[in-house]
Amino acid sequence: MAIAVRNLTKYYDTEKAVNNISFDVKTGEILGFLGPNGAGKTTTMKIITCYMPPTSGSVEVEGFDIAEHSFEVRKKIGYLPEMNPLYLDMNVLEYLEYSARLHGLKGALLKSRLKEMIDVCGIAGVRHKDIGELSKGFRQRAGLAQAMIHDPEVLILDEPTSGLDPNQIVEIRNLIRQLGRAKTVVLSTHILTEVQATCDRVIIINDGGIVADGTLDQLRQDFRGSEKISLELKLPATKIVNAMTDIYPKFKEISQVETVEYGGQEGGLHKFSIHAVKGSDIREEIFRRAVSEGWVLLEMSRKATSLEEVFRKLTTTE
Amino acid sequence: MKIENYIKALPSLSNTGTIFRKELRSYFNSAVAYVVIVVFLAIVGWVYTSSMFLINVASLRLMFEWIPLVFLFVVPAITMRLLAEEKKAGTIELLTTKPLHDWEIVAGKFFAAWMLIALALLPTLIYYITIAFLGDIDNGPVLGGYIGLLLMAGVYIAVGLMASSLTENQIVAFIVGLLLMFALFLMDKVLIFIPEFMISVVEYLGIDFHFSSIARGVIDTRDVVYFLSVLGFSLYLSVISLGRRKW
Repeated sequence: MAIAVRNLTKYYDTEKAVNNISFDVKTGEILGFLGPNGAGKTTTMKIITCYMPPTSGSVEVEGFDIAEHSFEVRKKIGYLPEMNPLYLDMNVLEYLEYSARLHGLKGALLKSRLKEMIDVCGIAGVRHKDIGELSKGFRQRAGLAQAMIHDPEVLILDEPTSGLDPNQIVEIRNLIRQLGRAKTVVLSTHILTEVQATCDRVIIINDGGIVADGTLDQLRQDFRGSEKISLELKLPATKIVNAMTDIYPKFKEISQVETVEYGGQEGGLHKFSIHAVKGSDIREEIFRRAVSEGWVLLEMSRKATSLEEVFRKLTTTE
Repeated sequence: MKIENYIKALPSLSNTGTIFRKELRSYFNSAVAYVVIVVFLAIVGWVYTSSMFLINVASLRLMFEWIPLVFLFVVPAITMRLLAEEKKAGTIELLTTKPLHDWEIVAGKFFAAWMLIALALLPTLIYYITIAFLGDIDNGPVLGGYIGLLLMAGVYIAVGLMASSLTENQIVAFIVGLLLMFALFLMDKVLIFIPEFMISVVEYLGIDFHFSSIARGVIDTRDVVYFLSVLGFSLYLSVISLGRRKW
């Protein structure tokens, strides 16, 4: 187990930021820490990285307790804090060397690590530039290079793509995936697609507590609402049909259907949306029904519950 | 066994050294260093050329009277950013999650600012050399004066660093630092307002009292103890203040 968090609670004065959370991160896993702003993601990360202690609870990183073996933990972690703070008046190479030396690297090892990180992160072209002159994308790369310079077992990245343009986001995500192959990575984000693009597993956190934990598919399964099927039917022109009285009941006969909504008609095309019970698949049934009734089925689609919906459901308090 | 312990302590020293070099380089990168050096040379030079020949005595006494005043404004200006800037930019989070002690951060920054002041004082030796040519100079007070200046700068830097650790606003750090330094500076100059039984205590707290004693060329342990204890205490408070994130 790379990281083991147990009953972690953190108060800021009297305000509860993190409320009794526990989770494990397996070695080699890329874990997405997902939640709205202010949910407690950053606080949790600051505790794991030994920036500040928890009010209660414990964290172990690679078997070392953050309170008792803080230095061992810090050696094993590469950290990119929120907003990617950097020394703007240093050039990239100086900055990386500074970070490396503070991690105790020197001599030939220092040189080879610098070279490797500059290559991997694609910052060879800007290594002699002041960080203040770099674009956000390059700054993010410099921040990642800094976090990786001592070849840590665990990477903690707090919102690594915030503030980047779409192209830069894709680049940084690829970089994280690539770097993450040999590492345990925890990255936080409030953007869902980020998790879908990079993570093996996701923990959704809201209001200081964990509300969901699992792979993306698991989450989709667990939090699926009722099935929604949209239909478009063409009815025989010879018959005058009243959708409400003629068709509605026919659908209702299917045992798993919960509700049927009529979406109106346009040029003889009738639209319906049917909600069926969770986990059912009634498309075949609908098709048979349409054939036997002589309706022409022009369109039928099942809408899977999107993660977006899962996320919104879990993180909004009604 | 003992040697092993020393070797174990070495990485810590190297952390302080790494931070020291980074801070010193950043003074020179940002031109702060050059401004400080020029300010020193200019003020001291002006004081000099305007009055030396009037007094017609070969000593650096005037310089040692003026530089403490210059310190009052220059030192808070070089210490204000040391920790406040890192807090504001968030880089303090990077620094404090590296495997190093808080005191190593404080020590590295302290020595960098101290080195800058020492480097700024270096060119003033030109005046010493000039005067040594022109007249017969008493070397005791000169040596004492320079040692006193360095100790005084050390105290001011430690106080300024502490001020910088209290806030993330550099202007606030400057003003708080200046006020504290000014208080130390004024202490032995307001003795007439102090009840008689407290005079010796207040006088002992005044930095100029100890400085002028050393600048006469007499290096007294009591003075050195004063400088080192105020310096040490301020650095200790800075380390505590840096650790406040853990409260």
